[in-house]
Amino acid sequence: MADRMFGWAAQGAAWLTLALLFSILVSLVIGAWPAISKYGLGFLTSTTWDPVKNEYGGLVMIYGTIATSVIALLIAVPVSFGIALFLTELSPTWLKRPLGTAIELLAAVPSIVYGMWGLLVFGPILATYVQQPLQSLLTGVPFLGALVSGPPVGIGILSAGIILAIMIIPFIASVMRDVFEVTPVLLKESAYGLGSTTWEVVSKVVLPYTKAGVVGGIMLGLGRALGETMAVTFVIGNFNQLDSLSLFQAANSITSALANEFAEAGEGLHQAALIYLGLVLFFITFVVLSLSKLLLAQLRKSEGTNT
Amino acid sequence: MSAVLANSQKENYENARVAKFNRRKLVNRIALVLSLAAMSFGLFWLAWILFETIRLGIGGLSIATLTQMTPAPNEEGGIANAIYGSFLMVMLATFVGTPIGIMAGIYLAEYNTKGWLASVTRFVNDILLSAPSIVIGLFVYTVVVSQFKSYSGWAGVMALALIVIPVVIRTTENMLQLVPPGLREAAYALGAPKWKVILSITLRSARSGVVTGVLLAVARIAGETAPLLFTALNNQFWTSNLNQPMASLPVTIFKFALSPYENWQKLAWAGVFLITVAVLGLNILARVLTRAKN
Repeated sequence: MADRMFGWAAQGAAWLTLALLFSILVSLVIGAWPAISKYGLGFLTSTTWDPVKNEYGGLVMIYGTIATSVIALLIAVPVSFGIALFLTELSPTWLKRPLGTAIELLAAVPSIVYGMWGLLVFGPILATYVQQPLQSLLTGVPFLGALVSGPPVGIGILSAGIILAIMIIPFIASVMRDVFEVTPVLLKESAYGLGSTTWEVVSKVVLPYTKAGVVGGIMLGLGRALGETMAVTFVIGNFNQLDSLSLFQAANSITSALANEFAEAGEGLHQAALIYLGLVLFFITFVVLSLSKLLLAQLRKSEGTNT
Repeated sequence: MSAVLANSQKENYENARVAKFNRRKLVNRIALVLSLAAMSFGLFWLAWILFETIRLGIGGLSIATLTQMTPAPNEEGGIANAIYGSFLMVMLATFVGTPIGIMAGIYLAEYNTKGWLASVTRFVNDILLSAPSIVIGLFVYTVVVSQFKSYSGWAGVMALALIVIPVVIRTTENMLQLVPPGLREAAYALGAPKWKVILSITLRSARSGVVTGVLLAVARIAGETAPLLFTALNNQFWTSNLNQPMASLPVTIFKFALSPYENWQKLAWAGVFLITVAVLGLNILARVLTRAKN
């Protein structure tokens, strides 16, 4: 009897997890329904966000979320690859553990710490030592000049992207390190035996072998970057217009719009529109994370058959 | 004549070989230097963030920080109510989330390791593990706050508990799978029922791993801000009433850091320092525990 009850309790807990995902989806759809029924999919392509006139469209925030995440990936992927390469092939054994731990601690630092540091320490430095020189260098140059225009206050899409990059490096790097380590030693030693350099072993043996896992790790990092809230909210500037290409222009992202406006938005269309944004975010991260999971699972399967 | 030609051809060939060899060596060296640079780049940010947190955080710390309530702009005060609120909500969320997480972990590792329910649960759990925490906040808002028409400490507890569950499920399952099957079989052979085997043999031998998972979950929610923003909201005063809005350290930091008042910013740095020390401390403790086990 006790046995059966315990079994039920365990199974119940598993079902609860499933129910959780399902009810998140349902409750978001219900909460967003006034906005969904009013705007439909046109919400995703409209740039008006005007609580005064009660008119809402999500393109500005969606653009901000995607632009910051892309910048983050551009920085984080090569750096993470370098870190994983260092940890698996270069580092002396006694250093592997402390260095790996240090990188993982970077992932443990709460995002609000990154945010505050980014706003009060990093932003001003970026503005003074990067944006101002770039501006004086590129003023008048078509396109490039527009990319760096704007007041030099150190907040905007670029700062948010850089801080996101720092935050996701540990995630991508530790997945890459783990998948590099599943490469059969025999394969690597054969390549070394033929006279390959370390770089050739990594780029021609390890990387092709772990391709799916590496992409999976990058997707995992992307999922994190898309959903990160506090760090972005501090530095993106919360500006609901899209009138400049500049990387230093204050902008907005889905998560920071939610963090800033939700508690003040009364029940009604404003709130529904914000929940709609949350639903869009959940959908995007769901797709990205599922892809990441499938790719990592694929690597695990091939690992089973090849060795 | 032809011998000379053959010789110079051979020489050319040799030269090309050496050049190629040198180029490969150079490419290799560049790649390795870049890899070293990437490693230093990563460590550089960690060092810089920690340095600034300590430098600016210690400056804001005083006895008053830990004993007084959050002040009005430009007045003296501390963040005692925020620390207490964070502590209370994190504790309760851990108490609510841990048993559910452990039970689901047991189900995945001991009852149904291969069935469809297990694979779907594993998949969903991985999604929840990385789902944006602000979406969890939205969910709790629509389910709890908008139904009861009030922000409350309980809503905050629920949002945090929902973040604890997937972390605990994942570590519990992994740790239980490491327990050698012989141990279970020995207990079964003595006639122990399944629940007893799980509780007093399997779970017990995986204890330090499971505790590690719980510690990591606590570390994760201690720094979470987004799910509390519109569930627990904030409160200027000391309260133990979980039906009221409740202050928490991260939300207070968020509010104070973005304010123009100097004393608020100073308190925010002190709060950031406390949170960083607590979270990194928990992480290091968790690591030490797993290593002691191995």
